[in-house]
Amino acid sequence: MSVATATPQATSGKTTYLNHDKSIRSWLLTLDHKRIGLLYLSTIVVVFLAAGILALLVRIELLAPGRTIVDAQTYNQFFSLHGILMVFLVIVPSVPAILGNFIMPLHIGAIDVAFPRLNLASYYIFMVGGVLVVIAMVVGQIDTGWTFYTPYSSRLGAPVIFMTLAVFIAGFSSILTGMNFIVTIHKMRAPGLTWNRLPLFVWSIYATSIVQVLATPVIGITMLLLLLEKTLGIGIFDPAMGGDPILFQHFFWFYSHPAVYIMILPAFGIISELMGVFSRQEVMGYKFVALSSVAIAFLGFLVWGHHMFVSGQSTVSSVVFSLITYLIGIPTGVKVINWVGTMYKGSVSLKTPMLYALSFLFLFTIGGLTGVMLGVLGVDVHLHDTYFVVAHFHYVMMGGTIVALIGGLYYWWPKITGKLYNETLGRIGCLLVFVGFNTTFFTQFVLGSQGMPRRYYDYAEKYADLHALSTYGSWILAVGLFVALYTFIQSLMRGAPAPANPWGGASLEWTHTTSPPSPHNFEEQPIVTHGPYDYHHFYAGDGQSVEAELASRSEA
Amino acid sequence: MGDKGTFWLPESASTVSGDVDSLFYLVTWISVVIFVLVVAAMVYFMMRYRRHHAGQVGAPAHESKWFEMSTVVVSTILVLIVFTWGFRVYLKLNIAPPGAYEIQVTASQWKWDYTYPDGTVYAGDLHVPADKPVRLVMNSIDVLHSFFVPQFRVKQDVLPNRYSSVWFEATRADTFDVYCTEYCGNQHSGMLGQVIAHPQEEFEEWLASAGGGGLSPEEYGERLFGQNNCNTCHSIDGTRLVGPTMQGLFGSQRQLVSGESVEADENYLLSSIVAPAAQVVEGYPPAMPPSYGSLPQDQLDALVAYIKSVQ
Ligand code: HEC
Ligand SMILES: [Cu+2]
Ligand SMILES: [Cu+2]
Repeated sequence: MSVATATPQATSGKTTYLNHDKSIRSWLLTLDHKRIGLLYLSTIVVVFLAAGILALLVRIELLAPGRTIVDAQTYNQFFSLHGILMVFLVIVPSVPAILGNFIMPLHIGAIDVAFPRLNLASYYIFMVGGVLVVIAMVVGQIDTGWTFYTPYSSRLGAPVIFMTLAVFIAGFSSILTGMNFIVTIHKMRAPGLTWNRLPLFVWSIYATSIVQVLATPVIGITMLLLLLEKTLGIGIFDPAMGGDPILFQHFFWFYSHPAVYIMILPAFGIISELMGVFSRQEVMGYKFVALSSVAIAFLGFLVWGHHMFVSGQSTVSSVVFSLITYLIGIPTGVKVINWVGTMYKGSVSLKTPMLYALSFLFLFTIGGLTGVMLGVLGVDVHLHDTYFVVAHFHYVMMGGTIVALIGGLYYWWPKITGKLYNETLGRIGCLLVFVGFNTTFFTQFVLGSQGMPRRYYDYAEKYADLHALSTYGSWILAVGLFVALYTFIQSLMRGAPAPANPWGGASLEWTHTTSPPSPHNFEEQPIVTHGPYDYHHFYAGDGQSVEAELASRSEA
Repeated sequence: MGDKGTFWLPESASTVSGDVDSLFYLVTWISVVIFVLVVAAMVYFMMRYRRHHAGQVGAPAHESKWFEMSTVVVSTILVLIVFTWGFRVYLKLNIAPPGAYEIQVTASQWKWDYTYPDGTVYAGDLHVPADKPVRLVMNSIDVLHSFFVPQFRVKQDVLPNRYSSVWFEATRADTFDVYCTEYCGNQHSGMLGQVIAHPQEEFEEWLASAGGGGLSPEEYGERLFGQNNCNTCHSIDGTRLVGPTMQGLFGSQRQLVSGESVEADENYLLSSIVAPAAQVVEGYPPAMPPSYGSLPQDQLDALVAYIKSVQ
């Protein structure tokens, strides 16, 4: 049986994608999906740091009522930039662009994505968007929040033009990457890799790509209309010119709700992989998990109105949107049960990636349940636009997507860099992130249900204690994230060489190539004979050698 | 104040807030139960099936179709119950009882103005009769705002191009918070006010005196200066806020960004309020909202009289 005999090769002295050409030029003009993944990784880490620092500044300002460090105008810019950077330049692109690029072709046994040049072009388009954001920041005064609601946003000048243009352009990168991935997954799977054997990560990237291709043009058009309104003075959204601000909200959420799934579906994929590998167990309900991603991707287009229950849209539409929102909630809930159930009768190992996966389950369950609470019409009226909403989406976006991304980075780190990381440090980082995150954001649920509105520079004395607690939490969270960053940097500098399959995974990136992989991914065309979580099958063939290999790997 | 609220919710003081609260707690408790089950299963599996030696693989686990089916069915039923209940509360929140007392609300950056059926315009706080349904018909003269009274559990966005409405009935005479919950710029978090619910007769007395009757122009102006949130940007003691202080303003020489220098007489004060962009003082941003141009003439007169008196 071919799989089991694919014993990992020694890495030392081999040509890998990292060392075959070390010039800067070869990095900047690379067509290799792995290197492009790393280009995205480095860019996104920088933006994440910047947006994270803004978040810390926002929290420090809110440490006490009244002015703490900056004035209202600056504060409003801080939270707006934090939101814009995090949403459009970090969370939306992160998992597909970094891990999707790096891992997906390996997962399907391909030598690259279908259109490598387009892939590189997507990266540079993304960079143009990023540069425009920086210009907008330098030109000044973006204080619209990440939602750019009209007519407030229509009254601001040049910076909003740059910012909307940036979102518009970054959107193209998203569309092109999505198309590239769809074609790759359809056309470039290794022989024997049927749809039923596709790793769930690939399924989720596939579903995400569909949403990217279908939804992103809408935000493009919206931003374009906003631009036309501002530059040519055509009244579209601004009532002063005869436009309709609610129309903007419809357009905006028609993109931004599906975008929520662009942000969370890839995280689901990572969690499926982690739960499988670290439980050495078939992922429970494989078919359900795979197809529900696709179902969620489509249903996600039908619920945008749940952001607008108090906006003045008709009662009937609110009711319909509320109902469909629940329909999405159900498959998502069943997925959580499937992930937990994967540990049943498994062989559970609590390495750092698994700790992140378990944190994800904890945090995402809270995020999901509070999402359902917000979908309840009568309750949402009270909770809408309060800190409850802020807490909810941080639980989903940060506790969900970012936590899954970090877990995924730890998991694939040995494959990506060929180095092992320090397990103890990794775990400490995870613990700090978990504690810090909950301290920061759980308090915000209470603040919100007590009536504290979001985007407030100043607040009443009665909210002061909870706000202070939330700020302290943000410091713990920041320390946790820096510990994680340090773990990665330390591993790069001094990490022990990683074996090809340190976790005993059963998918192609572990069984059929070295760590790090060679420039062309696989020495020869892999042939797939079993499912991605078929650990029994995998170990049955040559259990001995894998065990020896696992034992011999330096304890980290 | 009777009831002080709970850990989760502020005090409840309208005829609909009780319904909203029961629903809130129902959903919260269902969520808590589900969450505890999920986490308990997670922790149990994590300990029970911990890996003991490196090569250990999970034992084959057979999926139970019944289990999956039943989770789907149970959650669908729960969801439909919650949905229907949520829908009924929502209707109640949305449909004002016939005969409600109507007040016009005008939102602008960054204040609330209330116009009563007798034509009285009152800024800042909303005075209403208690134990009587009140319906607000709202409109904005600039950007989006949102009217939120946490103790009543009601909220409604206020739009520039159409009317929106919200209703409530305060269950006792007391003071409650009004927040703007749709981001509207610089002073968004300062766009606050109060709902002051009076017993019926007291409310009528208040309404009769609300127009400034019985006050000197300076006193009326002082009240308006607070109600219109002028004091969030202008101090009366020399402190520099967003805008210049009012202390000693009257009669002084003002250096404008246009380069000219003018004397701050009555006309200057008036035009600074109704058309702030026309004469911008040097050293300050043109941040004063233009919305005060719509204040009634008697209120403008009172404001000017007040500013003159701040020495
Ligand atoms: C959002 C902040 C803000 C609010 C609210 C505000 N102003 Fe101003 N105001 C300013 C600024 C900034 C200036 C200076 C720039 C200018 O002249 O337009 C100013 C200028 C003025 C001046 C001229 C001052 C001078 O030194 O010559 C007067 C008079 C004035 N405001 C009165 C008022 C009154 C009365 C109100 C309430 C009805 C009010 N303002 C509300 C920000 C504000
Ligand atoms: Cu949504
Ligand atoms: Cu506001």
